[in-house]
Amino acid sequence: MTRPTPETLAHSARRARTAAEAPGDADHSRTASPAVPAARPAPVQVSGASSLVLSLEALGVDVVFGIPGGAILPAYDPLYDSTVRHVLVRHEQGAGHAATGYAQATGRVGVCIATSGPGATNLVTPIADAYMDSVPLVAITGQVARPSIGTDAFQEADIQGITLPITKHNFLVQDGSELPRVLAEAFHLASTGRPGPVLVDIPKDVLQASTTFTWPPTLDLPGYRPTLHPHGKQIREAARLISGARRPVFYVGGGVLKAGATEGLRRLAELTGIPVITTLMALGAFPDSHRQHLGMPGMHGTVAAVYGLQKADLIVALGARFDDRVTGKLDSFAPDATVVHADIDPAEIGKNRHADVPIVGDARHVIDELLTAVTAERAAGRAADIADWWTQLDDLRERYPLGYEEPSDGTLSPQYVIERLGEIAGPDAIYVAGVGQHQMWASQFISYEKPQTWLNSGGLGTMGYAVPAAMGAKVGRPDTVVWAIDGDGCFQMTNQELATCALEGIPVKIAVINNGNLGMVRQWQTLFYGERYSNTDLGTHKHRIPDFVKLAEALGCVGLRCETAEEVDRTIDMAMSINDRPVVIDFVVGKDAMVWPMVPAGTSNDEIMFARGVRPTFDEDDL
Amino acid sequence: MTIHTLSVLVENKPGVLARVSGLFSRRGFNIDSLAVGETENPDVSRITIVVNAESSPLEQVTKQLNKLVNVLKIVELDPGTSVARELLLVKVRADRNARGQVLETVNLFRARVVDVAADTLTIEATGTPDKLDALLRDLEPFGIKEMVQSGLVAIGRGSRAITAGPALRAA
Repeated sequence: MTRPTPETLAHSARRARTAAEAPGDADHSRTASPAVPAARPAPVQVSGASSLVLSLEALGVDVVFGIPGGAILPAYDPLYDSTVRHVLVRHEQGAGHAATGYAQATGRVGVCIATSGPGATNLVTPIADAYMDSVPLVAITGQVARPSIGTDAFQEADIQGITLPITKHNFLVQDGSELPRVLAEAFHLASTGRPGPVLVDIPKDVLQASTTFTWPPTLDLPGYRPTLHPHGKQIREAARLISGARRPVFYVGGGVLKAGATEGLRRLAELTGIPVITTLMALGAFPDSHRQHLGMPGMHGTVAAVYGLQKADLIVALGARFDDRVTGKLDSFAPDATVVHADIDPAEIGKNRHADVPIVGDARHVIDELLTAVTAERAAGRAADIADWWTQLDDLRERYPLGYEEPSDGTLSPQYVIERLGEIAGPDAIYVAGVGQHQMWASQFISYEKPQTWLNSGGLGTMGYAVPAAMGAKVGRPDTVVWAIDGDGCFQMTNQELATCALEGIPVKIAVINNGNLGMVRQWQTLFYGERYSNTDLGTHKHRIPDFVKLAEALGCVGLRCETAEEVDRTIDMAMSINDRPVVIDFVVGKDAMVWPMVPAGTSNDEIMFARGVRPTFDEDDL
Repeated sequence: MTIHTLSVLVENKPGVLARVSGLFSRRGFNIDSLAVGETENPDVSRITIVVNAESSPLEQVTKQLNKLVNVLKIVELDPGTSVARELLLVKVRADRNARGQVLETVNLFRARVVDVAADTLTIEATGTPDKLDALLRDLEPFGIKEMVQSGLVAIGRGSRAITAGPALRAA
């Protein structure tokens, strides 16, 4: 089997890269039309495996995360000579989350590779995670040879069937000649429209057989036509509502980050003076420090943001999906609000909350066109006075700021650790959280000023996300400081990837907020289960099993421990000064700290608790 | 709850039916009837789905269906402006004494006998679900030994074709 020379491919690869990379590039243009080439070079005879690797090269892939195994083994032979870097992870789940972290930090498509059967099923969690958070991910899996499919062969799993409900689309490649087209389609689907994971399953005999490679291929997706440009009439209607509303809010979701629309959002917000609320998936889309930013909505949102949505007369939702964690009990959510809902996915509009003005389109186009339309409204002298609204919101911000109490038992406060970490590492660092209390505190007590600086598992809530996702983020942006903020529960699910980081030269920094417990579950047990702490004590305090410092050292990292407030800055500074290896800090914190404010699950946002037993008082007469 | 008939045009590729039917069960819908076949364009298949649902959750399922990459077009057929048919094959007990009466019923419903045995007749009938229900009611007293029914297929009246349009270029 002959590999085409770099010279024969350079031309077509460059062209393909321009087409395929556009979605993630700085301008974030999400083109819907597949690039159709004018002329193509003659096909070359290669193995299916080479065709796969050549396609990845032509698509501009610089790194893949994976583990070889029987069925995918043929692909690893041409990969050995490829310009594509392969990061050998320790568990396929790590490969999937690393590809997700890479994608979220760079805006480019993340790629992971696994073998058939257990390799593929280990990717299920990260694929589901990427699906819920609309992350552009391409997962490539080996499959048993075609004649063995359906025979319960060794390491056979119907991964296409398994991932049907958790992928944007998936493929089972039937013939080697399809490979370039299928891969180009997978990248196109993953990165355009509403991004999402795409799985490509390739039988071993397809990888082994001789086939032809031609680049660029012609995409064949007749049923895929995402709507990017919003309807002008809807935009004008939205602009009219924005001009007339007395209590408006912008409810900003992850779609704004994915569309690269943050600059437009800032201009639209400043033009209108309207308060901005950013969801967990949108932190960094609007500067936390901006005067108009009310914070995060939802279960652990700020009082001002929760109230702002709840009492609004107009909600302008931009790339957000009225998730249950945001709305609380749906039938009492924002009862007086007219809703303008803009999203690239028509199925999100009206799914949970009726949209009075539905707008289908890419957030960047929507915001740009809203800017023009609202400017015209202003020019015509139409703009409602929202000063009273701001007075109420400012009053709430002043009376109910985010905060925490020092633990009365003298233990280290987890919020303090996270707050200091954010201040020392600053707004240019990337922060990657696991799932639980530490995630909420990291969302609350670090100031996010820039896009792509906050990575977390929002929709699926995947414990164990942080370490591998931080690894992927660091690979994608090697010059940026990447901090994983993890819990002791989460950390024990995926910390084996620190071995990968140590060996591959990926110096991530991990802050383990070690409260010895599954903290968020424990908080619910405290509040709703009469302090009956069933199976939430992990023993990481009582028995120091595992000893995170020793564990870090065993994994080739620097291990540090911090148990008092006095040591916090010094320990973080020390971690910041180490750049040749991963660093793990075991922050031993108190177990009783809780995340506040809180809207208990299934209750109305009106029931928000500022702290345990403290309901905010709202002056209803103002409304 | 109302009966809705959806015509879903899809790429004629392996696994597409599983994507479509899986979506219905995942979103909590029962499919009352389903029929699949090729269209005049061999690259395009047509799935006719009958569901019993409120219109607002149905709209959500339709939107989710539209997101499937292999789905080309979805049209809800209005019973007033479309023709809908099912096919029924039924094996009825009909000994010498009953055969005359069974044949009378067959003729009444413009059905056909497609197989004759000593004590049974196999009858083929097409029609709306209502007509086939009525036929079955009339045949029931003779004794139904076995029956099989196709899913509903439906097509709009008039000269317009839902398969026309740019989305349906060779898939």
